[in-house]
Amino acid sequence: MSSIFGVPTQALFGQLLIGLINGSFYALLSLGLSVIFGLLNIINFAHGALYMMGAFVAYFLLQWAGLGYWWALLLSPIVVGFLGVVLERTMLKRLYHLDHLYGLLLTFGLALIIQGLFRNEFGSSGLPYAMPAQLAGGRSLGFMFLPNYRAWVIVFSLATCLATWYVIERTKLGSYLRAATENPALVQAFGINVPRMITLTYGFGVALAALAGVLAAPIYQVNPLMGADLIIVVFAVVVIGGLGSIMGSILTGFALGIVEGLTKVFYPEASNTVIFVIMALVLLVKPTGLFGREK
Amino acid sequence: MTTAQEAAPALEAPSATGRHQLVAFAVMVAFFVVAPFFIYPLFLMKALCFALFACAFNLLIGYVGLLSFGHAAFLGSAGYISAHTAKVWGWPPELAILAGTVVAGALGVLIGALAIRSRGIYFANITLALAQMIYFFCLQAPFTHGEDGIQAVPRGMLFGLLDLRHTMTMYFVVLAVFLAGFLLIYRTIHSPFGQVLKAIREHEPRAVSLGYTAEQYKLLAFVLSATLSGLAGGTKAIVFQLASLTDVHWTMSGEVVLMTLLGGLGTVFGPVVGAFIVISLENYLSQLGSWVTVVQGVIFVLCVLTFRRGVIGELARLIKKPL
Repeated sequence: MSSIFGVPTQALFGQLLIGLINGSFYALLSLGLSVIFGLLNIINFAHGALYMMGAFVAYFLLQWAGLGYWWALLLSPIVVGFLGVVLERTMLKRLYHLDHLYGLLLTFGLALIIQGLFRNEFGSSGLPYAMPAQLAGGRSLGFMFLPNYRAWVIVFSLATCLATWYVIERTKLGSYLRAATENPALVQAFGINVPRMITLTYGFGVALAALAGVLAAPIYQVNPLMGADLIIVVFAVVVIGGLGSIMGSILTGFALGIVEGLTKVFYPEASNTVIFVIMALVLLVKPTGLFGREK
Repeated sequence: MTTAQEAAPALEAPSATGRHQLVAFAVMVAFFVVAPFFIYPLFLMKALCFALFACAFNLLIGYVGLLSFGHAAFLGSAGYISAHTAKVWGWPPELAILAGTVVAGALGVLIGALAIRSRGIYFANITLALAQMIYFFCLQAPFTHGEDGIQAVPRGMLFGLLDLRHTMTMYFVVLAVFLAGFLLIYRTIHSPFGQVLKAIREHEPRAVSLGYTAEQYKLLAFVLSATLSGLAGGTKAIVFQLASLTDVHWTMSGEVVLMTLLGGLGTVFGPVVGAFIVISLENYLSQLGSWVTVVQGVIFVLCVLTFRRGVIGELARLIKKPL
């Protein structure tokens, strides 16, 4: 059996794969946070709870309507995104004239409510969610075994991230969005409906979280607390990447997933904390994050 | 329409505020002296520890405008240190609490130095993430005993004189600790140092242009807040003879925000009232299990949407005097 730095290649590539999977979720979640922060100037604490809801909607669709994974991948982000639109219209909207910290506190309260309700209903143990038959099994790459579903998660989330980046940085709609980030009053004066754009942006960011939840369901099971601790890691990822940078959050998401996976191989004790340590180091050198700018 | 400054108290002239705050303080002390004869003392002690914790937290959010989402790190780690020194090393309670407080202060220097360079949402994020790092450390370090926590911590003899195993003795010691912390915070807020903090909160560039080194002031306030949180945590560990992961977890950081918000951000007495309400809620709703989380979430949302001044803030507006 071959090995690198005394670690069997099987284990090394296995952890790298897990790192890439986690990185996919970090990227999708921090991308959503970044898009929301760019326009609304709030940190969406409810992001982890909505990620969890995405997985649960997939579970409900299967249990109640008999709709499988592929339908869930389409419908769950729409359902959760719509919930996001309702939350923005009814609550967040009233806070824009206040200190941005109130947005953080409100979404924190929402996260407590959502997680508490699901925990009352489903306990804290996970519910199994079968992976789609088309993606069962895997293939041997010679140096490691690659399960098809995991490859799909990585490819699909990467594609979603890049598509989002393209829309925001390279299309007309995206240019409106970026302009509204810089100066909403001026963009509104040009006849663009900025409040509606803000609402839809929140819905879209939240939908990304739900999409990540559906992708995660077959791997991690569906659990009311699946987003609770994850979201804090994602906050650290966002701080490292710098808030408001689209490509920054995608790159740091994937990179930190890989770093975490490698830490599990070489120094397992630190695998929980490595992202926070990196955050502290980045802050010492560049307080606005690697790709961020002063806002 | 309201403005961003709404939640903040009006800047007061110290001389005009003195009397009714003195009355409020006297009412509070009288209540705490009489209360243990009517209310379960262990509950009161818990509420007092959290009241001190919330006051320490309020020093930062209310008077410097910094929202820390990681204050559980100071409460929890001080609890572990006090419990460990008292149980394993056999230190007397006063030294054990002091050790916890000092460690929390040192932690405050480290975390503060990193976090103070940023503002607003960044600051909240960074303190949250660093506190989560402390949480994982406490989860893995051998001396904290992971999920079990440090149990059966001896209360011991305070200064070798007072036997803390008597509930009433313990209660009045906790009350003394709380009042000392409360008065220190009160003194800080009304000192020239406190005035500079408020100036930084209102307009940092102007304060800097007047020659104040804002970062040093903010760091000092942060360390003071962390130290007093540690005092609360150490005392709590001795009272309940227990240090556990609950006190380091981020839900605890959220809880102290809730207490302060509910009582009134930037009011002197608000955090005390808020802590009592939240602890009472937990006490009476405890048989409902995880519904407590839902109720807390609902209070959070209602406070932010409709009740941003908090209980004491509204009261102060009613009598048109800062409390």
